[in-house]
Amino acid sequence: MVEEAQIASAGIRRVDLKTKLLAAFVVATNVLGNFSMSWGMKHQAADLGLSPLAYIRLVFTPWVLLGTTLLILWLLSRMTLLGWADLSYVLPVTSIGYVLSAVLGKVFFGELVTWQRWLGTGFIVIGIIFVGLTAANTTRQETAG
Amino acid sequence: MKWLMVGIIVGSTVLADLLQSFEMKRHTVAVEDLRPGRLVGMLRGLAQRGPLVLAVFFMAISFFAFMKLLSVADLSFSVPVTAASVALETVLARLVLKEKVTALRWAGALSVACGVALLAM
Repeated sequence: MVEEAQIASAGIRRVDLKTKLLAAFVVATNVLGNFSMSWGMKHQAADLGLSPLAYIRLVFTPWVLLGTTLLILWLLSRMTLLGWADLSYVLPVTSIGYVLSAVLGKVFFGELVTWQRWLGTGFIVIGIIFVGLTAANTTRQETAG
Repeated sequence: MKWLMVGIIVGSTVLADLLQSFEMKRHTVAVEDLRPGRLVGMLRGLAQRGPLVLAVFFMAISFFAFMKLLSVADLSFSVPVTAASVALETVLARLVLKEKVTALRWAGALSVACGVALLAM
């Protein structure tokens, strides 16, 4: 009986770790994808105007292409994560992306980080810690992988 | 126009996430399917699942409505109001998806929603 409980507990820990690793991947692809897109858009040489061809050409520039690829990976990994964990868990936990985007904006684009933004960052981090302490999946027993 | 766009963004985001969460829990993707060699097959499989296609459609509506909102409202207004979807989705996750939302998770979701709103100021 004790042995069965230990095996079940180890299984839950393994799945929990996988879910957290995938959540980290979701955040990384989202933040880096948005950053690449933003970098590509800010550093494109010509004014795009209204020509659709200019936009199509822009999609195939290295940074925008990298950003698009990362955002496709983000979409797929987020869908997978929603199969492994509750929606009410995924939404707050992946919100750390907002914070990381603000940090990248400050470091690479020299954007201003006001005290409201630092306060907001604090709220998000506290929220993520709270949600991170709850069970990732509360709707089913069997687990992926 | 401004509030109509906010309604469309929040509504379509909520629908997209609920559909994704519901469908992905019916047919969970295994770790093995995430290997680079299997990604195309996985993508093809996902594209054949009606609720997921509908979810992507709602995400596209949300994206274009957000672009429209940015053209009629400030960024400092647009981003915080869309953070309302975090709180609304937590309520619907409890009611529609029957997730167990504990007091700790409620507190966390509300804290994140406030944080996102402050971050966009």
